[in-house]
Amino acid sequence: MPYLGSEDTVRELRRHLSNPNVQSDPLRYRSSILKVIRAMSQGVDVAGLFSEMVKACATVDIVQKKLVYVFLCSYATLNPELSLLVINTLRKDCQDPNPMVRSLALRNMVNLRLPSLAEYVEQPLSAGLRDRAACVRRVAVLGWAKLHNLQPASEIDAAVVNELYGLLRDPDPVVMVNCLRALEEILKEEGGMAINKPITHHLLNRLGQLDVWGQCEVLRVLQRYRPQSESELFDILSLLDASLVSPHPPVMAATLSLFLVLCPDLPAVSFAALERVRGPLLAACGSASRETRFTALCHIQLLLRSLPGLMGAHYKRFFCGYAEPAYIKQRKMQVLVELVNDDNVAMLLDELRGYCTDVNADTAQAAISAIGRIGRSYSDQCLQILTGLLGLQQEHITSAVVQTMRDLVWVCPQCSDTVCSALEGCEETLQDSQGRQALLWLLAVHGERVRSAPYTLEGFIDGVRGEASPGVKMELLTTTMRLFVCRPAETQDMLGRLLHHCIEEETDMCVRDQALLYYRLLRCGMEETRRVLGGRRSEPSLGVLIGRPAEPISQWASSFNTLEPLKQGAGETETTGRASPQHVTFDLDSDLSDTLNSGAEELDYVCLEERIRCPAVPHCSPQSLQAAMQLVNIQTLAFTAAHASPWRVYLYTHAQQAARSALILGQLLYAGEDEDEDEAGLSEGPSPRGREEEVKVTLKQRPRDEKALQGFLSILTAVLHTLPFNTH
Amino acid sequence: MTKHFASTIAAMISQVFILSSQGDHLIYKDFRGEAGSDVVGVFYEKVTALTGDQPPVVMNHGDLHFVHVRQGGLYWVATTTADSSPFTLIEFLNRLAALVKDYCGSLCEKSVQMNFALIYELLDEVVDYGYIQTTSSDVLKNFIQTEAVCSKPFSLFDLSNVGLFGAETQQSKVAPSSAATRPVQSSREQGGKSEIFVDVIERMSVVIGSNGVVMKADVEGEIRVKCFMPSCSEMRIGLNEEFSIGKSQIRGYGAAVRVDECSFHQAVRLDEFSSSRILRLCPSPGEQTVMQYQLSDELPSAPPFRLYPTIERDSGGRLLMYLKLRCDLLPRSAAINVCVTIPVPRGSVSVSQELSSPDQSAELKLQSRAIEWRIPRFPGGTQLSALFKLEAPALGPAPLMEVGPVVLAFELPHLTVTGLQIRFLRLSPVQPGPSQRWIRYVTHSDSYVIRV
Repeated sequence: MPYLGSEDTVRELRRHLSNPNVQSDPLRYRSSILKVIRAMSQGVDVAGLFSEMVKACATVDIVQKKLVYVFLCSYATLNPELSLLVINTLRKDCQDPNPMVRSLALRNMVNLRLPSLAEYVEQPLSAGLRDRAACVRRVAVLGWAKLHNLQPASEIDAAVVNELYGLLRDPDPVVMVNCLRALEEILKEEGGMAINKPITHHLLNRLGQLDVWGQCEVLRVLQRYRPQSESELFDILSLLDASLVSPHPPVMAATLSLFLVLCPDLPAVSFAALERVRGPLLAACGSASRETRFTALCHIQLLLRSLPGLMGAHYKRFFCGYAEPAYIKQRKMQVLVELVNDDNVAMLLDELRGYCTDVNADTAQAAISAIGRIGRSYSDQCLQILTGLLGLQQEHITSAVVQTMRDLVWVCPQCSDTVCSALEGCEETLQDSQGRQALLWLLAVHGERVRSAPYTLEGFIDGVRGEASPGVKMELLTTTMRLFVCRPAETQDMLGRLLHHCIEEETDMCVRDQALLYYRLLRCGMEETRRVLGGRRSEPSLGVLIGRPAEPISQWASSFNTLEPLKQGAGETETTGRASPQHVTFDLDSDLSDTLNSGAEELDYVCLEERIRCPAVPHCSPQSLQAAMQLVNIQTLAFTAAHASPWRVYLYTHAQQAARSALILGQLLYAGEDEDEDEAGLSEGPSPRGREEEVKVTLKQRPRDEKALQGFLSILTAVLHTLPFNTH
Repeated sequence: MTKHFASTIAAMISQVFILSSQGDHLIYKDFRGEAGSDVVGVFYEKVTALTGDQPPVVMNHGDLHFVHVRQGGLYWVATTTADSSPFTLIEFLNRLAALVKDYCGSLCEKSVQMNFALIYELLDEVVDYGYIQTTSSDVLKNFIQTEAVCSKPFSLFDLSNVGLFGAETQQSKVAPSSAATRPVQSSREQGGKSEIFVDVIERMSVVIGSNGVVMKADVEGEIRVKCFMPSCSEMRIGLNEEFSIGKSQIRGYGAAVRVDECSFHQAVRLDEFSSSRILRLCPSPGEQTVMQYQLSDELPSAPPFRLYPTIERDSGGRLLMYLKLRCDLLPRSAAINVCVTIPVPRGSVSVSQELSSPDQSAELKLQSRAIEWRIPRFPGGTQLSALFKLEAPALGPAPLMEVGPVVLAFELPHLTVTGLQIRFLRLSPVQPGPSQRWIRYVTHSDSYVIRV
């Protein structure tokens, strides 16, 4: 066909369609109509041919009819008057002896989506419900739902609804499922159709006759049913057991959803169900369709949140295939990090190391930070790999390794020696600002142990004019200052040059302000400088939570089998956590605990100090404390190990108040035996309840809101009192 | 609790559309009239703007969710306004693509374009008002009236060089591979031409450590039946008697054929399975997967390929890679379409090679930073060697660490690694007229990794 503009195309097609010679030859007529549909699906506006197509509708050729209906349904809303002409043909077709013709007419009658035609449609639809051919009944049932949605304001016809309920017993399974769908739509305002005991058991009994799609539909509708007794619940669960291990992922997922909804109070049953779906889920992870594989991976991540050990023995199933796309590889690595244990760590790290040199830079970086995450528990093996990677001297790898080391050192200070010796010389390979910031941070914190640190800094300072990133400059200022504190002789000169440049020539306000701040600080004297800058490298007694404790299933049950887990960024940011400069500010600006303790200076921050009696807290396990806090939406930032003294917990929450939320920060402090010398050793003593320990609570909020604070305090007190008393 | 209520209301498809990889609109069908057709363009913009590591499967545009799969180089997209089950939507799109393939013969932009009327008809019957009605080809065959248009007339003697499952099979003695790529419906007027294909397909993924130890070996297999029978009768597929599922079960006296897990199509009757390993089913026209199985961590035989690499730097700064690759299959079998990918260090510019026979080829792909060594046919029990001299003026300090792992992709025709065989294939009652039954085996892998 020669290239024609859309108007020419339409004119040409019209000429064909209205040509009597064409009309008398069925094959030519059909092929002309085909051309119209083709133009339509390519996006050409062929609405102008409506009247010609209406004429073409009156034919005995079913293929032609179907084609014309495709056209009419697309353009009817633009031509309501002309569409009236079609309705007669359609109504006549509804009387046709051929059930296929009847169902076709009935379906398209409603698909025209014209509210004005409703009065002509109702009668054929009613007749359709009682048709002897199942294919007509299927169409008629859904037709009522379409009709209802066309006129949402109209009254619901109780007779129709009753008839639809009756058709749930239709011998044809698709009619039954369509009835469910139609009733759900028509009764949307009432919260959907009634799911009572007889209907539930009827549906369950017919589950075997349905295809995959029908089963999913029924399983979803049944989520609303609440069994009346425990024995009924278990009857239902045992009926569903076979679908739980169905080879069809949609059925398996829908069944598990139903299980989780039916027994939220029976964690043992839910956990058993999770164990049962392990096999089918793993099979879906190896499916030939990469989309199915991805979906299964995302859902496995959900399951692992509650049952971290679920896939431990199957870690090899999550090794990446060479030809897999990067997004699947990254998900697999996220899962692998969760599965690491003493037995598989060597294999797992070996595999991950292979990914570090992947051609795709994103995959390589994800692999490196996965190794860093594992390093929190297995630091020696991981550091060995990371150090080895530095030897490659490739910029993206070195950058990712240095960032990973920074994150690791903050959590595991025992790694710092290895990291310090590995850092020598890698500034030459680093190009991106993220990586250089990480390097500077490490030099700031452990600079006194890196022999070449002043030379490295000198290189940075010499190039500061050409530096584009303000982040790097600010980091550089801090690093030089901190290094000056511990190695003044080597750094004094370069610090002077840097401050001079940043104050006199720098255009970025943040950088300039920070330089001014440091300048004034230096004028206050060395002691003061040391006090402000000498923040912690990481709190040795403060273990930031490593493995997350298992969450209750209810946390994620409602998002299981929805699109939620598949969306971008739904993955745990923790596992791939890139840049975390908050470590720096948290550490350098002012230590959180210092601020909290030296309340006198900054009285406007500290809002509330209270002592609550709570014997259990200092001795309970971090996991149970965190789980208890999460129940009331309090997040734990960090805490010291149990039995450490002084024992601290940092926590925060978002207080909801009148459409805006405010952050509350809090600290729990238990000074323990130091405070009450005469009671020393009591916690191990035989009668610990003889005197109740007190925990000091300090809360911060800005702006201050007394009501929210008091509310928070009372919740906190309540939680602390519920904690189990756990002596080892 | 309210959240559960919300999620149970309606999980339907709003629109379905098929786009070519260039973004041409091939098929567009709106089932519920909830969103305009302009979302097609929105989708294409979004999907092409993604970087490689962003998961593309689900995307949002306002309240509308796009879920798509890629098959045959096309985008198959479903949109939905509700938070539907991703498993259902993806399975549906895959099934739709399979149906289109059954009805049009093959799956590509051209066949979809030529058969758009047929696809609209299919969509009309498969989905009504956004609800999936049926995807069974048994049911659909009664409704679909349009004949498929083939790009070239089908003939069994048309020995085109499209090989078994897309591979090159010059001397294949089984059915010509194009035999199964034809529309199911054409069997109707071809009358006597009734055929049935049973394919056993296994996908293998293996990791071999640098010391030659198999670190991971997974096999995923399936039995696919493709039926072109005008009237389908019952079919009995007999598997090896020794076939066992799970770790402990041992059957028969021959070499055990073992799989870890096994699942069957709904329509398969298993009453004779536990006693004599017979699957009974009435195949529907078109393609269906009758049985799927997996085997992990253990191969019943030696891994098919071994690599002996020697890599060194010569005085001129070049990297010399001497690779010996041995194929450990039985001498009567052969691997075909072997493609060996050898990642090379950054900074490599060119490669000169010495290969052991002229039909092999090798080239350096700069974009993927790897040498691709192609071997069209590799008989069992033989060994090939290759010498690559890599010019890399700016080599890093540890170039050897950047070499590898070597990845092989290949096909093994007439072979299953698990050893699964089909003993017999019986149709009862016996078909009138000539009917042909084909059994084909193939194992392929795109992830056979050997560490160096």
